[in-house]
Amino acid sequence: MYFQLAWRNLWRNTRRTLIIMIAVIIGVWSMVLLGSLMRGIAIGMINNGISTLTGHLQIHAKGYRDDPAIENSIHDTSKVEDVLKNILPDKSRWTMRVRVNAIASNARHSTGVTLVGIDPADEARVSFIGTAMAAGRYLSSDRPDGILVGAALLDKFDTKIGRKLVLMSQDTQGEIASRAFRIVGTFKAELEATEKQFMFVIRQVSQQMLQLGTDISEVAIILPGPPDNPGVYNKLKSALPSDQFEVHNWRELLPFQTATLKILDGFMYIWYLVVFVAMGFGIVNTTLMAVYERMREFGLLKALGMKPWWIIREVLIESFLLLISGMIIGNALAFLSVYLLSNSGIDLSVLAAGAEYAGMTRVIYPAIDIKDFSIANLVVMLLGLLISVYPAVKAARFTPVEALIHY
Amino acid sequence: MNIVECVDVSKTYRQGRIEIQALNNVNLSIAKGEFVAVAGPSGSGKTTLLNLVGGLDLIDAGSIIVDGNAFDQMSQSQLADLRLHRVGFVFQAYNLIPVLSAAENVEFVMLLQGISANERRQRAEVILDDVGLAGKYDRRPAELSGGQQQRVAVARAIVSNPSIVLADEPTANLDSKTGDGLLEMMKQMNEEKSVTFIFSTHDKMVMDYARRLVTIRDGRIEDDRVK
Repeated sequence: MYFQLAWRNLWRNTRRTLIIMIAVIIGVWSMVLLGSLMRGIAIGMINNGISTLTGHLQIHAKGYRDDPAIENSIHDTSKVEDVLKNILPDKSRWTMRVRVNAIASNARHSTGVTLVGIDPADEARVSFIGTAMAAGRYLSSDRPDGILVGAALLDKFDTKIGRKLVLMSQDTQGEIASRAFRIVGTFKAELEATEKQFMFVIRQVSQQMLQLGTDISEVAIILPGPPDNPGVYNKLKSALPSDQFEVHNWRELLPFQTATLKILDGFMYIWYLVVFVAMGFGIVNTTLMAVYERMREFGLLKALGMKPWWIIREVLIESFLLLISGMIIGNALAFLSVYLLSNSGIDLSVLAAGAEYAGMTRVIYPAIDIKDFSIANLVVMLLGLLISVYPAVKAARFTPVEALIHY
Repeated sequence: MNIVECVDVSKTYRQGRIEIQALNNVNLSIAKGEFVAVAGPSGSGKTTLLNLVGGLDLIDAGSIIVDGNAFDQMSQSQLADLRLHRVGFVFQAYNLIPVLSAAENVEFVMLLQGISANERRQRAEVILDDVGLAGKYDRRPAELSGGQQQRVAVARAIVSNPSIVLADEPTANLDSKTGDGLLEMMKQMNEEKSVTFIFSTHDKMVMDYARRLVTIRDGRIEDDRVK
């Protein structure tokens, strides 16, 4: 009956209750929707970073991260392979790469690029390149001089599929190594910078060109399940001798994105606070008005034997019902908005350059994270109840006769 | 056995800089089962006396003992408990909870006492039948006449079998016929259930019904006689 009484009291002033309920609805809706968009940006950044040749984990020769020169290559690939076969869980995918800085040139242009020597089939299962083909064909062993370039670089070089491209880099002897490749296909990436930076050739061809033998630059690993798997990471670290190898997770490999994620989280909590402060004033104001209007009634309740604490509880139940009603509708609207945006996303192509700078994808797909959702709702409920304590205590403080006579 | 014992009770109100002595060394004893009217002109202190006896307000001096409980040794919470279990109130302005039906208003006190929903409803309907409101259980206060609302208030006051019912000018807003019916009903309850009734009033009809009339003036008891 306490809930019944509170619910009926709530609707004694329909207009006032509706106004504050709408404020709660808009607040919750904006908190959850903005949270899901922020999370969508974060997930897009992580996925994009991981698929752009990063993977969940990488193994390098010791010193490669500080100095990614060709001398710091992994020599004993069979040892790494054995460790991977023993430690990685089922459904893990991994690939070996050669990765060096190079100069690409044709008759009219030249530019600095990253030459990536890949095993086409393995690489397609680990990085974006498997699904990024825009034109032409993918790399295959029947065309050893084939090279994949980004669509943006193709435009920049004013060239086309079938034409030659010369790559120059330093080999293991410190000499300049160069080789002509034939463009067999182009790829499209989420970021234009990726299209301009990377060129892919078959790993054995790059090893020959650079006189690497069977040496490689890195192993990239995609694990089944969530991106963070500290168990596998630690096992790999202890299985591979630390004087020869380095193991890094994606957070270490993508420090900018990791920092940006933290900033996004911070923005989200600031937004929650701003929305709540605006909403909080409305809640306090409404509850105070409702309390003062019914002060005589609270006097009566006390006269009938209600203890001060019970009066506080009654006022808080009213606030709880107001908040929970607003939250249910606000959450439903937020979920509906997320559902409607889940297919098309929000296209930021017009802001592509700025977005790219921050590592964001061109299209943001909202993603509801249970943690963000819970925090937004807890903030509204707990702080909402907390600020309702003030009017509730006001109602409880008067003696019955003060409330009955003076109000 | 005395159910109410007031000894040298004084109460002063402050309105800005002005002090108003509402009660001045009042001594009053009321035995269980009495049907008492406290009469006097407006501002004489009769409502203040009822409020103090009901534990709705705090005394400045003296002592009040109700049903063996000395108020000066009780906290607000204990006073609330006393009101809940031992004292019933009937107010001049009915003071029903507007969002609750007649039966729910009567049930409310039992709800506070922790009585189960079924028993509450059953007892509320019986008591509403007793006060002549059979079939009007689900009507909200706004759908009842003044007399009917006051009957609901009386039903609420006596439903939990209190030791004492304090009625502050219960007939003031009622026409004489309705007031007469209400008083008859309360007298019957007093006789049948031995509930002690104390009225504050300046209504002659109430004074006629009372078996003991206490007259109060300027915060002092002027006259106290059993009829």
